[in-house]
Amino acid sequence: MTLEILGISVLWIFLFGYVIVASIDFGAGFFNAYSLLIGKNHILTNIIKRYLSPVWEVTNVFLVFFFVGIVGFFPQTAFYYGTILLVPVSISLVLLAIRGSYYAFESYGARGHIGYTLTYGIAGLLIPASLSVVFAIAAGGYVDITDGQPVLNYWTLYTSPFAWSIVVLSIAAVLYISAVFLTWYAHKAKDREATNLMRKYALAWAIPLMLSALGIMYEMKFINPESYNNLVNLWWMFAISAVLFIITVVLLWMRKNYGLAVSLLIAQFAVAFFAYGIAQYPYLLYPYLTIYDSFTSTQMAIALVIAFILGLCLLIPSLFLLLKLFLFNKNYVTGKEDNHA
Amino acid sequence: MNDSAVMWSRALTELTLSFHIIYATIGVGIPLMIMIAQWVGLKNNDEHYLLLARRWARGFVITVAIGVVTGTAIGLQLSLLWPNFMELAGQVIALPLFMETFAFFVEAIFLGLYLYTWDRFKNPKRHLLLLIPVAIGASMSAVFITIVNAFMNAPQGFDLVDGELVNIQPVLAMLNPAMPTKVAHVLVTSYMTAAFLLASIAAYRMLRGSKHVYHKKAFHLLLKLGLVFSLAALVVGDFSGKYLAEYQPEKLAAAEWHFETKEDASLVLFGMLDGQEVKYAIKVPYALSVLAHNNPFAEVKGLDQFSNDEQPPLYIHYLFDIMVVIGALLIVVAVSYVLGKWRGWKFISSQSFNRIVVASGPLSLIAVEAGWWFAEVGRQPWILRGYMKTAEAATTSGQVDTMLILFAGLYIVLAIGSIVVLIRMFRNNPIELEIEEHKQVEGCAGQ
Repeated sequence: MTLEILGISVLWIFLFGYVIVASIDFGAGFFNAYSLLIGKNHILTNIIKRYLSPVWEVTNVFLVFFFVGIVGFFPQTAFYYGTILLVPVSISLVLLAIRGSYYAFESYGARGHIGYTLTYGIAGLLIPASLSVVFAIAAGGYVDITDGQPVLNYWTLYTSPFAWSIVVLSIAAVLYISAVFLTWYAHKAKDREATNLMRKYALAWAIPLMLSALGIMYEMKFINPESYNNLVNLWWMFAISAVLFIITVVLLWMRKNYGLAVSLLIAQFAVAFFAYGIAQYPYLLYPYLTIYDSFTSTQMAIALVIAFILGLCLLIPSLFLLLKLFLFNKNYVTGKEDNHA
Repeated sequence: MNDSAVMWSRALTELTLSFHIIYATIGVGIPLMIMIAQWVGLKNNDEHYLLLARRWARGFVITVAIGVVTGTAIGLQLSLLWPNFMELAGQVIALPLFMETFAFFVEAIFLGLYLYTWDRFKNPKRHLLLLIPVAIGASMSAVFITIVNAFMNAPQGFDLVDGELVNIQPVLAMLNPAMPTKVAHVLVTSYMTAAFLLASIAAYRMLRGSKHVYHKKAFHLLLKLGLVFSLAALVVGDFSGKYLAEYQPEKLAAAEWHFETKEDASLVLFGMLDGQEVKYAIKVPYALSVLAHNNPFAEVKGLDQFSNDEQPPLYIHYLFDIMVVIGALLIVVAVSYVLGKWRGWKFISSQSFNRIVVASGPLSLIAVEAGWWFAEVGRQPWILRGYMKTAEAATTSGQVDTMLILFAGLYIVLAIGSIVVLIRMFRNNPIELEIEEHKQVEGCAGQ
């Protein structure tokens, strides 16, 4: 394995980590707001709060890790993506800022403020939509080079069915992932009402998820035939992902083994996410930037890999402690203990 | 090159950073104060200090939230607004940026653990242990990010051959000459700012008539800490002056309106600039030579050694003055308290002294802002001193001005939101009420 592949694999894993934890977070915020609107928030709010409170800050770090890492391993991405993404990423940043701070305001300051809850819920759907546009841009066809500077062609992007499919997929995935996770979490908390409600949402979002995923595959054919061929060659990975998806849905349907359903869900998305990533190889921005021509110096790459390994030695035990004390602690999950400062 | 994009990019970066450092400085300093309070509380078995830690931690969450989201904003804005600089920086200085995310990760994880495990452990010392990684993580992120900034002031660890970067040494780039003084200065002034900010809250409560011993204990602890850290800031500030004389003489010369290279240089305090003529200034003979080289007769380089297009703007003198004067004032406040406590002066328990201490928190934040503006504007016109001018690094994108309005709106909302929430949080739950509730809970448990 070359350092380039190692670098992009590490970053892709962290991006996947962000996709999962952020989906749970964004979806939870949306379901919380939605349940407030339909008058069922007494069922969901406690469960959602109890999960989100200790982890909201950690979610954000996965994102920071990804964008700092990609500039470190592939400095030219700063030039290309930095120049073209000013507007879309600034919008995402404003939404993330509003969402992150309002969560703290709501949970620690003014409890139960309706305006906060709704803003929080809506921002949670707009952020994945605005961030996922980057995937469409990376696939190619929306960037021109004028006078040696990359320029984003907004009109082509906004009228592209491919970009819109990605947006739909990201929203459906957020709601589906979050609903499955919260079904399991509510079940662990022995909250039957919340479990049933979340299970219903999970089943409802499974269909749009699959339809938008198929739509992306179809449109890729016209956007970027090279990646499309790669995708077709990786059909077996998507087949595995589909099987995992079906088993998850069946488990939910039969109200059985929600813990296994969550594991299968994560595996399903991991397989599909990596298959999609492999199909883009070797491009970071089609057709201008590959992982080879943008890679950092060998000295820096080695230094980063060493820092990464040392960092993981700190990170893994800390994350484990976090999971042990909150996610897998019976008294905390069921709400018997509230040791909030 | 797009001139207006350069201007707007600078404005947006300045706006984001100026807003971020308020919350970031608090974020670096407060965990240490919480840790000290909790440690003192456990050691002396004093409920009041434990409550201090608990209440500071609650308020801290709000400031951390703003610090995190604005930190994320500036992290991405670096690439969005300065793509050419980040491409270069990515090759040479990515290591500390990367390490900073790990420090941030650890801090984020343990802050969540600390906040949600109050009274959960049989042995309360375990809970205190959770705070150590929070404080270390917060300080280490400041260390790593300051290293990146130090690199921009004193780049090293690479060679430039025909426009290509070769021979890159990431660790050498981190250990640049500006690093020790910058890192030390940022850390001690953050601790100092946190101490004075919290002291001004205690002073404010006492000014409003609260006679509770809780505030007196906080006041006493924080002014002692304020003394330690402000004296440390003085020492490190002196080292920083010597660093500038050695490695960035144009910044020191511009800050001191030192136009001609000469020996026995005097330090210019206050004053106004009229063309090249300094008016109404207090000149301290030999002091600049002492500041620069520890020798009253040493030669100090003046602005005449630098071509016009490599000189920083001269208004940085005012920023330097603001920072130094506030620093000196705060030392006087802390020294007079500690001396007064020892000699039994009445003045330190008067309402006028409380008023001064109330002002000390906001003043130290102003000093932090002035210090950063001085440091940053003082390295103009360079973004990477000696290698890349700021104008060459900016984005070519045409929408920076609109983004400036967008972010300005965001920061206004965040500033108002955080202040309102913080005030409400503590006004609705004053210490007297919390201690009362605490007693009741204890009483019930005892029966």
